Amino acid sequence: MIQLENVTKTYPKASRPSLDNVSVGIEKGEFVFFIGPSGSGKSTIIKLLLHEVAPTRGKVVVNQKDVTTLRSWKVPHFRRSIGCVFQDFRLLPNRTAYENVAFALEVIGKTKAVARRVVPEVLELVGLGGKEHRYPHELSGGEQQRVAVARAFVNRPLILLADEPTGNLDPDTSIEIMRLLDRINRTGTTVVMVTHDSNIVNQMRRRVIEIESGRIVRDQARGVYG
Amino acid sequence: MRVKYVLNEVLVGLWRNVTMTIAMIITMSVSLSMLGASVLLYMQVDQMKDYYYGNIQVSIFLTEDITDGQKEAIDQAITSSDLVKDKKYETKEDALKRFQQLWADTPDFVNAINADSLPESYRVTLKNPEQYKAFADGLQGLAGIRQIIDQSDILEEVFDIFNSIQLASLIVAGFMAVAALLLVGNTIQVAAYSKRREVAVMKLVGASNWFIQAPFVLEAVVAGLIGAILGFAALFIAKVVLLDNKLQALTTILTPIPTGNVVLMLPLLAGVGALVSAVTAWITLRFYLKV
Repeated sequence: MIQLENVTKTYPKASRPSLDNVSVGIEKGEFVFFIGPSGSGKSTIIKLLLHEVAPTRGKVVVNQKDVTTLRSWKVPHFRRSIGCVFQDFRLLPNRTAYENVAFALEVIGKTKAVARRVVPEVLELVGLGGKEHRYPHELSGGEQQRVAVARAFVNRPLILLADEPTGNLDPDTSIEIMRLLDRINRTGTTVVMVTHDSNIVNQMRRRVIEIESGRIVRDQARGVYG
Repeated sequence: MRVKYVLNEVLVGLWRNVTMTIAMIITMSVSLSMLGASVLLYMQVDQMKDYYYGNIQVSIFLTEDITDGQKEAIDQAITSSDLVKDKKYETKEDALKRFQQLWADTPDFVNAINADSLPESYRVTLKNPEQYKAFADGLQGLAGIRQIIDQSDILEEVFDIFNSIQLASLIVAGFMAVAALLLVGNTIQVAAYSKRREVAVMKLVGASNWFIQAPFVLEAVVAGLIGAILGFAALFIAKVVLLDNKLQALTTILTPIPTGNVVLMLPLLAGVGALVSAVTAWITLRFYLKV
């Protein structure tokens, strides 16, 4: 599903590479944590997978597509197969929960009829049934992140990327979000999560890839934060 | 649905920043009306050249004391020249008649002149008015000629004036166009900034580039089109009010501007306005949206 082959990424003006000759493979349906201290290069992996940045060297293959050689006009279509959630939720403040999720469908050309059918379903799935017409500021942090997860998942992506999704949430809420991601993972969606929340990693007991200074220092099938 | 979405975004966008939109439309309309005026003038000068050069004559004024022999020689020289299309001999009486017609408004002036004070002349139409010099050189040195006047010299001066007016309006149009384009760029930047969250989400979920850019580009195009329509209205009003009424006297020199030509400016201005705005908006987006 995801292949990184000898990937090096050096940002302009940076003294050392963010990722240094990293090779890793992730199978379909896996749940993978990337852990490591700030600045270790974890977030760069998310950016590479989204084709927000291109690797300096090496090859990134996502869903059988070589992202490295992907033409820029094909990027939007490629991103439709990937869902993404972030620490800061990135919801549109002037739209309700329903509208936020429907927006993601409408801007890729789905009709309002499709949205009316699919959006309530996915909001129900993330546990926001009955709160469809609340605005983000009327929802708690955990609920906002659920809306973001619903938006990422509504298009049934093959891969869900999560960049510190619990970074702004208290421990209890974090665990609820993790249960949600776990449920999504059980539908067959590959989940890649970047985090430095040791509690969560230890509870989930999933594959853990630890990065330090741009290199993989550990790759454990049922790992803990350590 | 997508069309409706895009159109709605365009209207909201234009309204969100309405003072800037108005400034953009005004500069655009002034620039485009100047462009239209200069194109109209260009077409006009072309048409006038055809019209006037067809009627142009070289006048050869004869001296008072010319002998029949000298007149014969001049007549011979004109007739034998293969540059000449047509020649007419004008007696003192003919000259007076023409003079009276020309100055019919001022009878006192006409009465003070009699046929004897006007010179005899040959009025020669050349096959190609631009070959005046060769023709005049051929007559040089013949006795009995007081002066050779080429009307195209006078016309050239008139056309020079028109050309400078046309150039001036093109320059003004150019400067206004620069201002209009900067305003378009700025408006698009402001629009892109105020919609940065939406744009970020659209990029994230994989909305196509045209879908992200279309509302911004169309916003500029709509403003450009409104500017073009206003610019055209200004031109049309200028033609009706100024040329057809107030400044009608000018039309004795200026051949009348056909309404058809003015109407032709609408698609021209609309096309230029829309295209230029669209390209500017698109280039601005490439810098500020990085899709």
